[in-house]
Amino acid sequence: MEQLTADHVHVHHIDPVEEYEQSKFGMWLFLGTEILLFGGLFATYAIFRAKYPEMFHLDHLKLDWELGALNTIILIGSSMTMAIGVTASKKGNNKLLIIMLAITIICGLVFGFNKYLEYTAKFAHHIYPDTSIFFSLYFMMTGLHMLHVFIGLIVLLIIMILAIKGRYSASYNTHVEVGGLYWHLIDLIWIYLFPLLYLIG
Amino acid sequence: MSENHDEHITPYKTYIIIWLILMALTVITVYVAREIDLGSINLFVAMIIASIKATIVALFFMHLKYEDSITWVFALYPLFLLSLLIGLTSIDVFNRIVP
Amino acid sequence: MATGTAATISEPSFLEYKSGFRSWFYTTDHKRIGILYLVSISIFFIIAGSIAIVMRAELFTPESNIVSPHTYNVLFTLHGSLMVFFFIVPGISASLGNFLIPLMIGARDVAFPKLNLGSYWLYLIGAAILLFALLEPADTGWTFYTPYSAKTNTNVILLTLGIFVLGFSSILTGLNFIVTIHKMRAPGMTWHRLPLFIWALYSTAILQLLATPVVGITLLLLIAERTLGIGFFDPDKGGDPVLFQNFFWFYSHPAVYIMIIPAMGVISEILPVFSRKPIFGYKAIAYSSVAIAIISFFVWAHHLFVAGISETAAIIFSFLTFLVAVPTAIKVFNWLATLYKGSIQFHSAMLYALSFLFLFTVGGLTGLHVGALAADIHLHDTYFVVAHMHYVMIGGTVMGFFGALHFWYPKWFGKMLDDTLGKIAWFFVFIGFNVTFFPQFFLGVQGMPRRYATYLPEFESLMKLSTIGSWILAIGMIIMAYNLIKSLYSGEKAPDNPYNSLSLEWQTSSPPILENFKEIPVVTDWSYGYGKKG
Repeated sequence: MEQLTADHVHVHHIDPVEEYEQSKFGMWLFLGTEILLFGGLFATYAIFRAKYPEMFHLDHLKLDWELGALNTIILIGSSMTMAIGVTASKKGNNKLLIIMLAITIICGLVFGFNKYLEYTAKFAHHIYPDTSIFFSLYFMMTGLHMLHVFIGLIVLLIIMILAIKGRYSASYNTHVEVGGLYWHLIDLIWIYLFPLLYLIG
Repeated sequence: MSENHDEHITPYKTYIIIWLILMALTVITVYVAREIDLGSINLFVAMIIASIKATIVALFFMHLKYEDSITWVFALYPLFLLSLLIGLTSIDVFNRIVP
Repeated sequence: MATGTAATISEPSFLEYKSGFRSWFYTTDHKRIGILYLVSISIFFIIAGSIAIVMRAELFTPESNIVSPHTYNVLFTLHGSLMVFFFIVPGISASLGNFLIPLMIGARDVAFPKLNLGSYWLYLIGAAILLFALLEPADTGWTFYTPYSAKTNTNVILLTLGIFVLGFSSILTGLNFIVTIHKMRAPGMTWHRLPLFIWALYSTAILQLLATPVVGITLLLLIAERTLGIGFFDPDKGGDPVLFQNFFWFYSHPAVYIMIIPAMGVISEILPVFSRKPIFGYKAIAYSSVAIAIISFFVWAHHLFVAGISETAAIIFSFLTFLVAVPTAIKVFNWLATLYKGSIQFHSAMLYALSFLFLFTVGGLTGLHVGALAADIHLHDTYFVVAHMHYVMIGGTVMGFFGALHFWYPKWFGKMLDDTLGKIAWFFVFIGFNVTFFPQFFLGVQGMPRRYATYLPEFESLMKLSTIGSWILAIGMIIMAYNLIKSLYSGEKAPDNPYNSLSLEWQTSSPPILENFKEIPVVTDWSYGYGKKG
């Protein structure tokens, strides 16, 4: 990839403020795409919940709402630490940024571990994606969300490594802000998934 | 390297307050759904609370509050499309005459 | 219209500054990526076009004698999938859009050059997956309707996976274009001075960005249906097969506009240059592009009128479908008014633009027939739909694409095309196209259903005519391909601005230097002020 930059030395004299604005706007557009990607599942949920209210009610009782609530608390907490990290980086406090990123990543990992416990418990009770429409939705929605958590974790990990290398400062922190936006979206989607699946199924 | 002068930096305290509000709303939504059980308007209440939470996250954690209008347009338009997808599909699915 | 652009530039052009495999496949230069897309989509166009020739040959006689019915099913699935997802959707926007957007708005590159290269690689990955899918090709049609697509033994998963990956390529391209157009315009390039091609690509990009994810999740659900056994679309498990069609067309109807709006943008550029007149109704054309982008989300279920959707929905969607015709009609009106009293030059690009006007109008008006609820019951899934769709897609998009190739060729490659040969090719393409598809309207009205390898003897004469037309069309395309390739080597060297166009891309050298402009130009006027300066 180094040749790449060598190729285009002159294309790179981009103003950092402009680059920051462009990247942030680009990420917002991407979040729009993500919302509609999940949107197909939300629409499916809406249709089938209206069609089969009893099935949704009976099946959702089999979910572990306490674990779901714990995960909600963890994810919202990680969103806050991420936001604090962004402010820290804007203020040039690199040390606090690294700490906050580390906490965020740990929260993400715990979230994933809880999800793993939940899935194995379901499989142990012979509940699979094809058990019923509700569980199809449950596995598809949480599965796709989990995939995003993984991607988000990789993104945050890269940002943390770059932060440790000292790449960010008060005047340049585009990655932190943009990566943070992505992480908040994961939180946003979970905010809807939790009540829809665990509480009011 | 110019600094992002006109940019808003949210103080740490705000995030803590927002976090507390989000925690409180989470407790409320669980409590309402499990203990009070409003029956048919359960869904409605839960969605209202979730939307309040989502709005707060977007406005403060994601700094949407300080973004320009075009970002607002592209943040809200997908939601409109999503409601369109759900709404118009429902018009089909729930009005079919099954012979 | 612009100052600060030097007429003679001695720097090497973007084609010459570096050579070799790596300089192409690792390039982040939007102009080179445009060429990569151009070559790739051309390859798929040739493959899918050849498949069409085989299908027409099979239909030369009523019996099935060249390919078996199953092979025929595979062929139309491939023809549709390749043409739609690998050629037309990325077509104008990814190839010409990549090349032209930064040049037309006065920028050095797109907003995210590396992401742009990433989009192209995703396109290649999608294509590679498709090649594997060809080992046992699907026979579902390009629409992958459930429940058949969930049950057939052919390889639906790989094909849909390839399209899923391709979708992300399309999304990221759209994202890149929106940010570029918003944030990277040259000083003085206000929204109302933007070329209409940019307005068109902006509207297209919105559709790419926000419609594609829905088909992404839909195809993902189809894959899950086949692998995990979920049952959203399976009536046995309480699912709803028509739901698939709803979701699929939520993307695929806007996708029709992803295909056609860029061509409309091309026409808006070509017509004023060769009429030597300012474009008529600039704002109307610009805003109607955006209006189409918005309204096209409301109309998808007109593809489902006979699928068993509710009457209420059918009536609403039929009404909304007529709405989307309004901005389209506004555009056609303004184009015609642009031609009125112009001093028209029949350059080969102009001939394609004029055929677009004629053929797209036929395609659009027959669209009203199938959009009307009552008529569609009769015409659905007949050759009428096939003819309508090809009049819009070939008569509209492909004519626009060919016009754009002939128009911007000198800028892109620095060589002039052979205009006489271009006109001969156009003649064959135009005649061949009409002979192929016009009879299909009659076939459809008489009740010939689409997607069958055999047919009743009474359709034979029209079917034969249609097949002969496909040969004429092929001859035209071969002549055109010859012209395009020959001119690369032996074409005259192109001047910077062969058509005396006022648009920004013509003010730099042909082909442009690596950074497009020596200095970023300052824009002082719109680019359609013909007649005033001559």
